[in-house]
Amino acid sequence: MSEALKSKIADVLNEPGCATNSTKTDVLRKKGCTKQLTPGAAAGGCAFDGAMIALQPIVDVAHVVHAPAACWSNGWDNRSSASSGSELFRKGFTTDLSEIDIVMGHGEKKLYRAIREVIEAEAPAAVFVYATCVTALIGDDLDAVCKAATAKWGTPCIPVNVPGFAGSKNLGNKLGGEALLDHVIGTMEPETTTPYDVNIIGDYNLSGELWQVKPLLDKLGIRILGSIAGDARYKQVAMAHRAKVTMLVCSQALINVARKMQDRYGIPYFEGSFYGILDTSQSLRTMCRMLVEQGAPKELLNRCEVLIAKEEAKVWAALKPFRPKVEGRRVLLYTGGHKTWSVVSALQELGMEVVGTSMRKATDNDRDRVVEIMGDDKHMYENMAPREMYQMLKDAKADVLLSGGRSQFVALKALVPWVDVNQEKHEPYAGYMGMVDLVRAIDRSVNNPMWADLRDPAPWETPLTGSVLPAPSGACPVTGIAAPRSQAPVLVPQQAPAAAVAPAPSPELAAMTNSNTDFEDC
Amino acid sequence: MAVLIHPRRALSTNPLKTSAPLGAAMAYLGIEGAVPLFHGAQGCTAFGMVHLVRHFKEAVPLQTTAMNEVSTILGGGEQIEEAIDNIRKRAKPKFIGIASTALTETRGEDIAGELRAMKARRPDWAGTEVVYAATPDFDGGQQDGWAKAVEAIVSALVPVTPERDPDLRLVTVLVPSSFTTSEIDEAVRMIRSFGLDPIVLPDLSTSLDGHLSDDWSGHSLGGTSLADIARIPRSACTLALGEQMRGAAQIIEDRALVPYRVFQSLTGLKAVDAFVRVLMELSGMQDPPPSIKRDRARMMDAALDAHFFTGGLRVAIAADPDLMFSLSTALASMGAEIVAAVTTTQHSALIEKMPCAEVILGDLGDFERAARQAEAQILITHSHGRHAAEALNLPLVRAGFPIFDRIGAQDTCRVGYRGTRAFFFEIANAMQAIPHSPRPEDFGAAPIPEEFDHVPHPAPC
Repeated sequence: MSEALKSKIADVLNEPGCATNSTKTDVLRKKGCTKQLTPGAAAGGCAFDGAMIALQPIVDVAHVVHAPAACWSNGWDNRSSASSGSELFRKGFTTDLSEIDIVMGHGEKKLYRAIREVIEAEAPAAVFVYATCVTALIGDDLDAVCKAATAKWGTPCIPVNVPGFAGSKNLGNKLGGEALLDHVIGTMEPETTTPYDVNIIGDYNLSGELWQVKPLLDKLGIRILGSIAGDARYKQVAMAHRAKVTMLVCSQALINVARKMQDRYGIPYFEGSFYGILDTSQSLRTMCRMLVEQGAPKELLNRCEVLIAKEEAKVWAALKPFRPKVEGRRVLLYTGGHKTWSVVSALQELGMEVVGTSMRKATDNDRDRVVEIMGDDKHMYENMAPREMYQMLKDAKADVLLSGGRSQFVALKALVPWVDVNQEKHEPYAGYMGMVDLVRAIDRSVNNPMWADLRDPAPWETPLTGSVLPAPSGACPVTGIAAPRSQAPVLVPQQAPAAAVAPAPSPELAAMTNSNTDFEDC
Repeated sequence: MAVLIHPRRALSTNPLKTSAPLGAAMAYLGIEGAVPLFHGAQGCTAFGMVHLVRHFKEAVPLQTTAMNEVSTILGGGEQIEEAIDNIRKRAKPKFIGIASTALTETRGEDIAGELRAMKARRPDWAGTEVVYAATPDFDGGQQDGWAKAVEAIVSALVPVTPERDPDLRLVTVLVPSSFTTSEIDEAVRMIRSFGLDPIVLPDLSTSLDGHLSDDWSGHSLGGTSLADIARIPRSACTLALGEQMRGAAQIIEDRALVPYRVFQSLTGLKAVDAFVRVLMELSGMQDPPPSIKRDRARMMDAALDAHFFTGGLRVAIAADPDLMFSLSTALASMGAEIVAAVTTTQHSALIEKMPCAEVILGDLGDFERAARQAEAQILITHSHGRHAAEALNLPLVRAGFPIFDRIGAQDTCRVGYRGTRAFFFEIANAMQAIPHSPRPEDFGAAPIPEEFDHVPHPAPC
């Protein structure tokens, strides 16, 4: 690891804005978040993955991954960030290093050529170049290549130094943010600014979630000037330093960016969420209050309250018809961070019972909120092992699981309904309207008649009984005697099939009946 | 519980229904060495043949009594006799199945009576069974014609048997018009896997399954043999695989005392479970073969994977009652909502059991209207539904007859655990195939200001 990257990591890990960090002692803080992963018991992405999550939604940028096959060949096209403009960010660009490239040290040259080719082919607003484990290990100088490429072709080439071995996904988020702070933010000026310009940081517009909220901002006249990085144009990142207020959506991931923008450009930030009704309202209120503090006209506060009152009334009216369908259902939540408490309150409002909620990735603040909403911390737990969760669901202690894709099959194989609430999901659940979509998804899932069918026993789980066939009806055409309805002819011997077989079966037949495989299939 | 709606209109737009005689001809083609014979004008046969060839992509033997103006007025008995003579000479069939048409039924010919007289005076016809079904085009659709033909076959060819002497491993399987040849194969595979020996009637799986044969003759190649039909009285039970086969099953019971079971659907977990349960009972097997158990487990897993797409899915379906019922109930059991259902004939007990409020007795024009009005998300009908699919910009899952714009229609299997699994995948994949990426407008959001857009400049290299 280069010295520059080492000091960058140390800097990022010692984030004064981080709630966890601020509670530590000086000695501990110096050590940073040096939580080591446990070999054989780790799951989750690497630093490179994290940087990609944070930066890839910038839509008009070519994201070039400097790596051999695995990093991007396996990883591309797996998230559903939506774009209203360019679709360039969806294309997977990688240098796909070969053994010769690595052994002969052709990495930098290949990268330089790759950058030229992508600029020629796609004319991107910028090229983001990602270092990975192998290219960091062989010592390719990303900064130098990007600098030369920028000078040569005029298209900004941004080095993102995030080798996977550097640390966790969360660290990668932060390092991605650092690359923006170092090379992008503040490099362009907007034509005009308004007192209503905001930055939204940490929302990735998954399935269009940002747009579920945007109409509210549109109505208030608030402009999203900077976005990191949901449906963002490169220019929006470059101009983000001119916004008045920053809203930080996913609190853990990009807090360093928000905090440093406050230090450098004097833009105050707040942590908020658009999951759940109360949270959406709270976030709008805070945003408007801070804009007014930054110099926006005071009447914004009134308009905000009017809008919230109107929208809340509308969403509760829209949710009302679902109440009888979801009331009393027991929900198990397995998500991370802020989603937990903001969804819990809305579900409880609809008469659902939250029987458990995970606190992984949650801050102490999140924890306090859950205790406040649920009354105690009895139903809070940290990570749950899949086997444990399977047992809990199998024992029918919950009617539906709300979680991310990884626990999907734990629920499904236990024949318990599951609703995707993580980043890979295909339906957006943000803002007021998103809550209706979420409750609709829960309704659709738990009330699907399929579950009852699947839980019923298989035909062979109940023993064969009594009469096999319906009695012949009508009269015998020859004798004219009416069929006795009560006496169904028993056509099949009721013993087990083995007993019914002739006393001395041929050797072949015996072999067949003893075989475990179906003779139809062999 | 559904009510049947008769649209108050005179004009039929984009017909859904295939005629009854064509259904009868298809059933006859499932008999070995058969030539179906339409008693009507030759156009009836020409249109029918083109329809069959477009669907099966096979040469289909189909003959006509070629009624002309004179014979239409004076009676077509002679035309039938002459036609049978000629067919016997040219194709040497073992079986000729006559289906009447609207023309001859409107005239009111006593074909059954004339045929009896003919058979009596023509001993030289020995070796060719001649069967007649009254299938006027103006009553019912394809499945009614099919049912009447099968009823005619069993009435004529299943011997009257005064005493039961069942072979406990032998079962008669009556196949409905809605089954593809692969579906027959699958049902037979399941039955055989319980050690039972099925007589399949009519058996298109050996005649119109699209096989390359080294024989070329003017009659059907494959199908149920007449000898097998004669063995039906010895079967332990008749399995009627569709409500439309109830009548034929009843006739077999009346003639040969063979009890029957009707399976209204073989698609969907519960429907297949009921079928398997009866096979268990018939075979006395408490423990079914591993392939059956495995297929059930696979089907359940497929249901889990597919329910994300079928849950709340708004389905519009147009088909003959049996097919409509089996596909609709399977989808409804997966949380789908049948928002539009159009069918071809009122002669079915299944219509009122449909999992929707109303069923329209109508055409594809009604189908398109109803689907539009109910905001359906997917269409299920035969190939002619492509017009509606195009107009409504919706995915079309092809089911029924005819399917002429896809090859291999006979390989589609939607029955049994395996077929149900494939059907769920088919529906889920049709929904996934819709290219959809959300737009700000979908949520009522204003577009991103153009100011932020990147204007590409030519690269200076």
